[in-house]
Amino acid sequence: MNLLPLWEVFIRTRRGLDHKHIGSLHAADGAQALQAARDTYTRRQEGVSIWVVEASKIHASQFEDNASFFEPAEDKVYRHPTFYDVPDELNL
Amino acid sequence: MDQNSVSNDQARFDQIIDAEEKIEPRDWMPEKYRLNLIRQISQHAHSEVVGQLPEGNWIGRAPTLRRKATLLAKVQDEAGHGLYLYSAAETLGESREKMMDDLLSGKAKYATIFNYPTLTWADVGAIGWLVDGAAIVNQISLCQTSYGPYARAMVRICKEESFHMRQGFEIMQVLSNGSHAQKSMAQDALNRWWWPTLMMFGPHDSDSAHSQQSMKWKIKRQSNDELRQKFVDQTVEQAKHLGLTIPDEDLKWNSERSHYEFGAIDWDEFQRVVKGGGLCNRGRLHARRRADEEGGWVRDALIAYEEKRCKKDTGEAA
Ligand SMILES: [Fe+2]
Ligand SMILES: [Fe+2]
Repeated sequence: MNLLPLWEVFIRTRRGLDHKHIGSLHAADGAQALQAARDTYTRRQEGVSIWVVEASKIHASQFEDNASFFEPAEDKVYRHPTFYDVPDELNL
Repeated sequence: MDQNSVSNDQARFDQIIDAEEKIEPRDWMPEKYRLNLIRQISQHAHSEVVGQLPEGNWIGRAPTLRRKATLLAKVQDEAGHGLYLYSAAETLGESREKMMDDLLSGKAKYATIFNYPTLTWADVGAIGWLVDGAAIVNQISLCQTSYGPYARAMVRICKEESFHMRQGFEIMQVLSNGSHAQKSMAQDALNRWWWPTLMMFGPHDSDSAHSQQSMKWKIKRQSNDELRQKFVDQTVEQAKHLGLTIPDEDLKWNSERSHYEFGAIDWDEFQRVVKGGGLCNRGRLHARRRADEEGGWVRDALIAYEEKRCKKDTGEAA
């Protein structure tokens, strides 16, 4: 069996919403991936816009690196509004 | 990797499972968890794909245009379900090619129910009502499975399944309220599909070592017997509404348990059909192989076209 490359599919379900990852499929090129994504993921009008991205083009963070990769955000509580001491009654 | 970091990974994994959070594709996971999932998800995918065949048999003979459009849409949905599930299995590192090869070589399993023939139009009704009904009970439970991509595929599938069952029930309803011949056709379909449908939930919990581990890992959330009971309880009421009789003399309401009790399942028949002794095992595989062979030139053409386009692009750039 001849294998076509893998594409990741992202769908905007309504205007005003982000494109969201919905799944993947195999296709020879972008145009074909779009058509297959339409047939596979929007048979009931679940989308108003589709993005397809060749899976091999995606760079992803690695689970093994999570500890050091996301660590810099860990001790920065001052990035959250609740860190600051202000009077409650002012509803800041 | 040293011993320590393996046990750290294991602890993280256990923590995620305990907290009812999802395991995602790039997370560390025990190898057996991964293999167990690949087996379950690919079998599920194969079942969706092979499951198109019994009903596909009736698309050209559907009694009205409405029924034909419905059946086409349903069968197309099942193809989609297969795709959602194959992509979920691919996130675990299994290639689509290998899954296809395993299906076509007969190595992979799919739901035995699809090795039974669809002899009359009522069978199309019975499949939607019973087989999709049973699949829904199982799939609703699997929406809570611990592997993220599988759970998300299940949520999408469940949204689509409800029309499958309703259109099947509607067919049974029309036949049950029709002529004497139509009603007996509906009863005959129920008689043939009832027991194989109960077998869809798999062996009894006491005989299923496999599913114990799956429950611990929260791949499965309810046991085979629990799900089967749920299906029987809801379906007996539906059969009453149709005025059809469930082909089980031992079926009776147990008011203490608040469940229906039902007769013994013929597991010898189940094993026989699993091992290839069903009426349609060979036909189903033959149809899949033929589809693969006959579609081969389309895939070849797509690749050739894309290669040519790439060459032209780089040629123009140079
Ligand atoms: Fe399905
Ligand atoms: Fe279905």
